Amino acid sequence: MTVQAETKPLFDGPEWTFDILARTYDAIEDVALNDLGLDTYPNQVEIISAEQMLDAHSSVGMPLMYHHWSFGKHFVQEEQMYRKGYSGLAYEIVINSNPCISYNMEQNTMPIQALVIAHAAFGHNHFFKNNYLFRQWTDADSVLDYLEYSKKFVAQCEEEHGNAAVEEILDAAHALMDHGVSRYPRPHEPTTKEKKDRADEMRAYEESTFNDLWRTVPTSDDDGGKTDAPDEAAKRLRAMNLPEENILYFIEKHSPVLNGWQRELISIVRYIAQYFYPQRQTKIMNEGCATFVHHYIVNALYDKGLLTEGAMLEILHSHSSVVYQPEFDAPGYRGLNPYALGFGIVKDIERICTDPKPEDEEWFPDIAGCGDWRTVLKDAWANYRDESFIQQFLSPHMIRQLRLFSLGDDASDRHYTVTSIHDEGGYRTIREKLARSYDIGVIEPDIQIIDADLQGDRELRLQHTVRDRVPLSEKTRDEVLKHLKLLWGYDVSLVGIDREDEKKIYETRVS
Amino acid sequence: MRHFVDRRLNPKDKNLGNRQRFMRRAREQIKKVVSDSIKNRSITNVDEGEMISIPTKGIAEPRFNHSPTGGYRERVFSGNKEFTTGDKIQKPAQGAGEGGKKASDDGEGEDAFTFALTRDEFLDIYFEDLELPDLVQKDLKEIQSFQYHRAGFSRTGTPNQISIRRTIRNSFGRRLALGRPKAAEVEEVEAEVDDIETTGPKSEADLYRLSTLKTKLMELEESRRNVPYLDPIDIRYKRLDKFPRPNTKAVMFCLMDVSGSMGEREKDLAKRFFILLHLFLKRRYEQTDIVFIRHTHEASEVDEETFFYSRESGGTVVSTALNEMIKVLQDRYPVSSWNIYAAQASDGDNFPDDGDRCIALLQEKIMPLCQYFAYVEIVDERELDMFQTATSGAELWQAYNTVRENCQNFEMKHIARPSDIYPVFRELFAKQPTEA
Repeated sequence: MTVQAETKPLFDGPEWTFDILARTYDAIEDVALNDLGLDTYPNQVEIISAEQMLDAHSSVGMPLMYHHWSFGKHFVQEEQMYRKGYSGLAYEIVINSNPCISYNMEQNTMPIQALVIAHAAFGHNHFFKNNYLFRQWTDADSVLDYLEYSKKFVAQCEEEHGNAAVEEILDAAHALMDHGVSRYPRPHEPTTKEKKDRADEMRAYEESTFNDLWRTVPTSDDDGGKTDAPDEAAKRLRAMNLPEENILYFIEKHSPVLNGWQRELISIVRYIAQYFYPQRQTKIMNEGCATFVHHYIVNALYDKGLLTEGAMLEILHSHSSVVYQPEFDAPGYRGLNPYALGFGIVKDIERICTDPKPEDEEWFPDIAGCGDWRTVLKDAWANYRDESFIQQFLSPHMIRQLRLFSLGDDASDRHYTVTSIHDEGGYRTIREKLARSYDIGVIEPDIQIIDADLQGDRELRLQHTVRDRVPLSEKTRDEVLKHLKLLWGYDVSLVGIDREDEKKIYETRVS
Repeated sequence: MRHFVDRRLNPKDKNLGNRQRFMRRAREQIKKVVSDSIKNRSITNVDEGEMISIPTKGIAEPRFNHSPTGGYRERVFSGNKEFTTGDKIQKPAQGAGEGGKKASDDGEGEDAFTFALTRDEFLDIYFEDLELPDLVQKDLKEIQSFQYHRAGFSRTGTPNQISIRRTIRNSFGRRLALGRPKAAEVEEVEAEVDDIETTGPKSEADLYRLSTLKTKLMELEESRRNVPYLDPIDIRYKRLDKFPRPNTKAVMFCLMDVSGSMGEREKDLAKRFFILLHLFLKRRYEQTDIVFIRHTHEASEVDEETFFYSRESGGTVVSTALNEMIKVLQDRYPVSSWNIYAAQASDGDNFPDDGDRCIALLQEKIMPLCQYFAYVEIVDERELDMFQTATSGAELWQAYNTVRENCQNFEMKHIARPSDIYPVFRELFAKQPTEA
């Protein structure tokens, strides 16, 4: 508003109060909406204690969750790590809901609260609201209501059928959770009215084109007998929509042994799997977006004189440790840091837009030098996922900066082979390889249900399409199959087929 | 747009339910670890929480995972220094480097699962399935304690027990049934009367209307008086029923030899045994009395503190302790109303000739009154092998062996090292089959 107000820092020192939070929030919001032009859900910022953070974190980060022993296990595990000081707690958790809920820990200092608000309440929030995967797969308006319902439903089942019976189903469903996601939207089930409308339409058409002469044309019903058996199988597969990659969906709809409440439990697990599906595919982008947003906002605040140097130092210290990328031979190396990669690429896009080099003109002709990085970024955040984002925007500049190289590892070979490095010949391969390593279709085993003859032996047949000869971990595979058998009630078999030559590699069965 | 919520005062332990489910899941494994862990505990911290580590079996969460080895894979790393395309790098030997930690089955890179038990969880598991044998309900006449349970509603009671919901419900039903006019109805008529009166009745019709209204008003008020808003018959009280609380009073006598022949080691073992017993009783039987008696060549009843922590020395006459016990029994614990238990620890030494007296005291005076008598003898580790058979042992053991033969509710065990205590304790107090 006035010059005087702008030059006075928002806060001084580490202590926070709700007044300071509100003031700071408003300043952050001003930059986020009016400068960056973000589009967010309304925010609800909740302050919680360390213990509550542990609670939330171990129940897959949701504020409401049904009870299950595995969450208790994660809790004791994380508590242990935290008490011993092996790992810090998250500063925040943010939930893709409308209003967007973010949890901030009470122990955070005020500079960190500012950072966290900018990061979660605006960065992640914008991403949740705008990215196509979230728009398509999750329903931010209803998720909290659904979780509330599911929690009550599970508790009610436990009361009615006993803890053990509920646990059995949930254990089995959790084991198959990664395969409880529909990757492609299926056409929605026609409602009764639509079915009736369609039948009416059909009849009207038949009536309008009725010609009694057709009745006199002889039909060829004598060759029906020969193709009967394969026909039957094809009809069955079509009726059950096979092959089906969403194993939990298939079980829920077709298992011959489950009761209604058991199917509903599976449906709940499926909902949660589906809810997290977009998050698993957009780790880099989501963090890149949020990190860029907080970085931009705190710098803007600092430039306006709203942050003291001390606060800025603390924020930058935290920021730089979050985006630090250790080298492959460093002791703490745990693969590429999604914050570093995401933030790096986003920053790089900004650079390409405003200050391109000749190389960038060649690689990114449509955005190089366009100057309008805000629009380019918002478009990227809205329309890509990790895999396509890297494929599209990882520049040679970034590859050189991180000194990326790719390593081939053939189990039958005594050596690893360096397949490409950050040079002219390697840029495209590295980009391709890196993108593929974030493709959920490649990281996760491709397992589908191919047949289940409900009129015959009722065996549930699964097929694992083996890519690059990478096998499944055998012990967990067999454990999961046992869980599946429990849900299906009859024999379950899994056959591994090589993707290239379609030869059978292994077969296993639980009966 | 912004909205801050302070959740810090929300109830904690949202995860308690999950934790309990997890504990139940891993119960068997936890139990085993807990009973092993007591061996390593010192005498003072038997009742603390414990860090335990259990195998992941049974609490694994399997998924379809790619195996970490096998096939062809290509990965991208950061921080290249000297590699160029086509370089070959020797793979590290099996088990080292990348293959090592990641290769575990559950994909979590861990073989054991470590976490902290709270004190309560620890003790619960620790004393699971133990109980005082033959605890019976005695002396029903002497019932003094009652418990109150909600049991429906009644027409009588004290004002603090009025159930407002129930009362209003009855009142509402009665008013509805008897057609009590509503306040609004009365007000409406009153307003109309006022209306006509203030403007002044203008016509015959008005006057007639006024008089009918007034009659109606009177009727309404009359019926409102006759059918009151709240009638005494509406009132209901929450009914509380008294249930007698079964009175299983029990007393445990702890008898310990503290004479000179008991060395530090023996005393330590005996005390550990009693601490365990004490803990068990405190936890499981809140109402249990505990009487501590220690003896040298003479015996006395002491308090807990003295029993566990003070030192004394002297000769050994076991029968003094038994006499003391009988005295306390007669003074304070009539058999008719008490379950009586006793545990005795000693190194087995006794004054010559005293053995027979002990037998006599036990068989004639004590055992007929006792539900259960447990005797532990602290022996040298080397001696333990010699005393494998029930009949061989020190003087007291020999003497008590006769008692055991005659009395079913008498048990005796040897303890030679700290790790024996818990198993012996479990054996002595294991839940008996119901016939016992």
